[in-house]
Amino acid sequence: MKAKIVITPKKAVLDPQGKTVQTALEHMGYEGVNDVHVGKYLEIELEGDDAEAWRPKIDEACHKLLSNPVIEDYHFTIE
Amino acid sequence: MRFAVLQFPGSNCDQDCVHVLGNVLGQQADYLWHKEESLGNTDAVVVPGGFSYGDYLRTGSIAQFSPVMNAVKRFANDGGLVIGICNGFQILCETGLLPGALVRNRSLQFRCEQVYLKVPTQDSPFTREIEAGSVIRVPIAHGEGCYFADDESLARLQSNDQILFQYVTANGEPTEEANPNGSLLNIAGICNEARNVCGMMPHPERASESILGEDDGLRIFEGMLGHFEGKPVATEQEPAV
Repeated sequence: MKAKIVITPKKAVLDPQGKTVQTALEHMGYEGVNDVHVGKYLEIELEGDDAEAWRPKIDEACHKLLSNPVIEDYHFTIE
Repeated sequence: MRFAVLQFPGSNCDQDCVHVLGNVLGQQADYLWHKEESLGNTDAVVVPGGFSYGDYLRTGSIAQFSPVMNAVKRFANDGGLVIGICNGFQILCETGLLPGALVRNRSLQFRCEQVYLKVPTQDSPFTREIEAGSVIRVPIAHGEGCYFADDESLARLQSNDQILFQYVTANGEPTEEANPNGSLLNIAGICNEARNVCGMMPHPERASESILGEDDGLRIFEGMLGHFEGKPVATEQEPAV
């Protein structure tokens, strides 16, 4: 079983990496790229098959360590 | 006065801090390995710059869980003096001892240069030896020094006079050109509400000896010493009547 966690910068936080990637995509000729956000993706391999038991623990880990709630949002799935 | 200079795997400004505090300021300065659970009988803590834990995950994010940081939190909450410089500032924000966070420089460039800093308030142990409103010159060296906090936190920093250092021009103007990293309100350094914990991106320990170019940074450490020794705050002389 794996927790798959996506961490993205909050909307209010400057994301210069996203802007730079967006500009690069435009230079390559991709039209209609409205916005790019560069975040992180983590996979955590978990023991057992009780996803519901893991959910609050993963949420806590995201809040305390894996993301910084001041500047980042996160969401995850366990499958 | 006894200073403890923390060492994490990846700290690289610890030796400069110990040199300045010990050899220039003439105080006792000892390294403290991050696995220590006690600060001993220290009078102030320096969280130095560097790349603790290789900046993995986020700058300062792993260091906040080192055993020594529990002791630093207790020490700070009891009113002990703590200064975090560069990566130390990032660690103190991650730890929650200071509000906000430091994110990637807006330019995406690592910036290593001299900057001018305005010191808006003398009301802190760290700025008490610097005349309010004056400009000092101290170097920066960071890739992730863009200060961010939500609007509510920024308003609180302003209303409580917690902004201790702002990037400015040589004339003291907080312009966009003078801001090397995109920090909100040109913030280079702040303190907590109780004013005993300071975080700053610039490196005062690299500007503490005139023979090496600058000594404005020494005023910050002298302020901590003066506060500890209970000396009266240096103020402008009364004009003769």
